[in-house]
Amino acid sequence: MSIFDVFKKKPSGNVAKDRLKLLLVSDRANCSPEVMELIKNDIINVIKKYMEIDCEGLDIQITQTESESTNGAVPALIANIPIKEVKHNADNQ
Amino acid sequence: MSEVIVVTSGKGGVGKTTTTANVGTGLAMLNKKVVLIDTDIGLRNLDVVMGLENRIVYNLVDVVKGNCRAKQAMIKDKRYPNLFLLPCAQAGDKNSVSPEEMKKLTDELREEFDYIILDCPAGIEQGFKNAIAGADRAIVVTMPEVSAIRDADRIIGLLEANEKKRADLVVNRIRMDMVKRGEMMSIDDVVEILAIDLIGAVPDDENIVIATNNGEPLVGQDSLAGQAYMNICKRILGEEVPLLDLNKKQGLFSKLFKRS
Repeated sequence: MSIFDVFKKKPSGNVAKDRLKLLLVSDRANCSPEVMELIKNDIINVIKKYMEIDCEGLDIQITQTESESTNGAVPALIANIPIKEVKHNADNQ
Repeated sequence: MSEVIVVTSGKGGVGKTTTTANVGTGLAMLNKKVVLIDTDIGLRNLDVVMGLENRIVYNLVDVVKGNCRAKQAMIKDKRYPNLFLLPCAQAGDKNSVSPEEMKKLTDELREEFDYIILDCPAGIEQGFKNAIAGADRAIVVTMPEVSAIRDADRIIGLLEANEKKRADLVVNRIRMDMVKRGEMMSIDDVVEILAIDLIGAVPDDENIVIATNNGEPLVGQDSLAGQAYMNICKRILGEEVPLLDLNKKQGLFSKLFKRS
């Protein structure tokens, strides 16, 4: 490791902690990558009806969020869906 | 009142057997009557760590199957007359005993011992189910490393699902030099992630290897790991013991420097 890396690299201890936090939430929710893929595809199909989205850039994950009602961290499904264009004349099916 | 404690981790190689040997020996040093049970059928190791491998006649499977009485299979420790080892079989597999049989055995042993400590095999299959069956509480051993923590989290979930009321954490093999550089998760990081009570933190100490080579647990000795294990024993007995300063190894000079 060169001396310059010290300034740009995050210490690996923190990397490990952040990775674990995310990983354990999905482990605890018992959601397999296969199920996540199915959810992702279904979300794409629903949203596609109304807007054009960037399917490649779509990212979903189970993470933690603070709940107002239970006063604690609860698992949450977070989806980041980049929109390319909103269809103004949404086809009336 | 006697207590049955299972030492478990999920992942292999994090120090279950070492922890079992040291905690058991430490409790015996504190005048408790203790029996250690190796439940890793087919891969027994607690006997070598305790230095009692040459004295085995009968084993756990013999006792459970009624080939001998528990008293005949238990080996008295070399140093402490109130410490015993019940070794497991080297032949056969984890299905040689059932959780019901294990619970019956531990319940019988309660009448004679203050502490019954079970060394659990790695994994979450039959061997794990056997080991936890009769336990009142668990000690979960982990290391500040992603795979060990992930497995520990899984184990904690399974212990909860099996209604084990109490699980305490031992963070083992900490390298303070790496923690200081930010290249290893700290004790606080691990406790925050796993969210269970910490009962001890043990540094990665070469004295552990030396002790294992000699077949003599190092609990209570002057090394950092030896002190850390003794503190765990005292906490098991309900004493309030502050966490050991794992930085002690550093020289006097750097300590003075840090303080100023």
